[in-house]
Amino acid sequence: MGGAYLPDLTLVLPEGILVVTAFLILMTGVFRKSTNPQVQQRFGHVALSGLIVALGALIFYHHPAERWISFEGQLLQDDFVYLGKILILSGSAAVVGISLASMLKEHLLSFEYCALILLATVGMLLMVGANDFLSLFMGLEIQSLSLYVLVALKRDQTIASEAALKYFVLGALATCFYLYGASLMYGFSGSTNFEAIATIIRMESAGNFPLSLFMSLIFIMASFSFKISAVPFHMWTPDVYQGSPTPITAFIAATPKIAAMLVFLRLMLEPFMTLYDEWQSLVAFLSLFSMVLGAFAALRQTDLKRLLAYSAIGQMGYMLLGVVAGTDEGIQAVLIYLTLYLVMIIGTFACLLCLRGKGSYGVQNIEDLAGISTLHPKVSFALAIFMFSLAGIPPLGGFFAKLYIFKAALSAGFFGLAIAGALASVVAAYYYLKIVKVMYFDDAPKVPSASYGQIVVLPLKMALILNACALVTLLFFVFPNPILEIVQRAAFTFSG
Amino acid sequence: MTTTTLIFYILSGVLLSSAVMVVTTKNTVYGVLFLILAFFNAAGLFILAHAEFLAMILIVVYVGAVAVLFLFVVMMVNMETKKSQRMDRRYLLMGIFVGGVLVLELVVVFMSWNTSPEAFELIFAPQDGLSNTHALGALLYTHYALIFQAAGLILLIAMIGAIILTLRQRENVLKQKIGDQLARQAKDSVQMVDISPTSSFRNLESLDDSATPRGRTSRVS
Repeated sequence: MGGAYLPDLTLVLPEGILVVTAFLILMTGVFRKSTNPQVQQRFGHVALSGLIVALGALIFYHHPAERWISFEGQLLQDDFVYLGKILILSGSAAVVGISLASMLKEHLLSFEYCALILLATVGMLLMVGANDFLSLFMGLEIQSLSLYVLVALKRDQTIASEAALKYFVLGALATCFYLYGASLMYGFSGSTNFEAIATIIRMESAGNFPLSLFMSLIFIMASFSFKISAVPFHMWTPDVYQGSPTPITAFIAATPKIAAMLVFLRLMLEPFMTLYDEWQSLVAFLSLFSMVLGAFAALRQTDLKRLLAYSAIGQMGYMLLGVVAGTDEGIQAVLIYLTLYLVMIIGTFACLLCLRGKGSYGVQNIEDLAGISTLHPKVSFALAIFMFSLAGIPPLGGFFAKLYIFKAALSAGFFGLAIAGALASVVAAYYYLKIVKVMYFDDAPKVPSASYGQIVVLPLKMALILNACALVTLLFFVFPNPILEIVQRAAFTFSG
Repeated sequence: MTTTTLIFYILSGVLLSSAVMVVTTKNTVYGVLFLILAFFNAAGLFILAHAEFLAMILIVVYVGAVAVLFLFVVMMVNMETKKSQRMDRRYLLMGIFVGGVLVLELVVVFMSWNTSPEAFELIFAPQDGLSNTHALGALLYTHYALIFQAAGLILLIAMIGAIILTLRQRENVLKQKIGDQLARQAKDSVQMVDISPTSSFRNLESLDDSATPRGRTSRVS
């Protein structure tokens, strides 16, 4: 031991900035003890600027087309991780941007909220950048612990406490699965490093893999299927989506899913790539059932957030279809899908956070949207765009995302899965279009309450993010190149 | 050698029997005490295996914190001992079934267990002249510095979470503020009023509002 040891700290600069900002918010929050909404909102702005500065640092210090490893192989950054970190940071920033005003309305905005969002983002960045089962575990725990607390933020409400408890218990179980799998893997390979594990698995003769390796693979897959809420590990999703306050649902729906999906992709394609023949049928199973359940279970939902939860399950199924393909094309399709999913889901939640339904704050049920198009043509038009896009109607972004996925699946020879996916998306189109129908063709209630249909908040940040999301979704087919290029470079890290 | 073997069997014997007692004893407080005994014996086994750091951690963390916490919970929660004595047959069968499946899985895994031959090259070489704790510390603060920091972050989040979920800012509580008390001056709280001997006290009531004793107590908002 001994000797000079200083890891390349610029690799964790974005994480460092976020942690420092979170500490700053916590310390000021504790010592100022103010319940003044103005002050609370300022914390939100500090968090937002921290996220943006971190994004800037990430872009400024990135080494393109290079495998940049630090902390003795614990962390790495290549184009794939770079894309993931950009998505996560911008996604978190957008969620903070759209949530501030409505958190304030619901009296939930506190400095802890801002700090926890930042810390959760740190966890996701660590997850995506992990090159080792240990650092991955740390990232996973930082992220999930912050999320459990965020869900429980509205502790006076039974439904929120229930959601938080379910999320916590099941999430802890998933973490146990992960730990069990990772320790079996360590027992097999003597290392927790992804590269070392990949080399050792490659050295095993094909078709003669020990059982412990499979157990480990299955446990790790199960835990990440839980995190991305793929069937049959999806049970928590509708309850948590419904129970948590809408701004926090937006956060859970957007970035943690992205991070978990990226990690899933990296695990399958790097350490476990040699086991492709073994895991592809399992992932195909996850994919198929997620697509089908996401389509059928959402049909009877009346609660908008539950519906979006089932929709998310379905969307994850489509992404897993790209993972099953395992080809370069498949990886690109997954990454495109992830990018557009992030944009669409943030846009959808921005619309929901703008509008106010009957009685309570925010839109709860689908009927709350009845006739909203006459009151707010712009917001309802934007929501209609996102719904069409999620349903996969051409020429919107969501259509192309699905198109790439199906193309990749077909060229890898998964005809049955691709057909099942296409059929499931036809079924799923029903409930997306139902929302549009309710908005445009149903009459507003005869006796609207005083607050019905009012725009709760549409501050500048919200309008900006909403417009940006709508534009990306609308114009993806005209200018797909910026996204396609960065995705191609990211996918190249696996094949190249 | 024989003394070591003897100590090993004594420690593991006590460990196993106290572990059985944890599950079977009727009184939950005794159960927790048996658990602590089991932890102590496990720590002894670790010392036999020359893993003194693990032994210390086991005592400090499990006995010092976890078991004591258990004890507090068990003593605070007034449990009905009568009801728990009856064991439901369905649960018994189900438990045996699930336990059997798990045991079977473990057996299957360990029957076919093997470690990759390359794995042994990756294990850190033992360092001469360093105690266990020293070697662990040297690794923890260099090789695993990031992990160590991240673990600190996790603890911080857990703390924030515990505070958010339990701290209730009660309204209308009078709180002593020593700073305000010390800064209190006569002119803030004492009011000199000229009263002519003929006027009644009724005139004074209008002064009450301004003459509340500021500084002694103040409302927390």
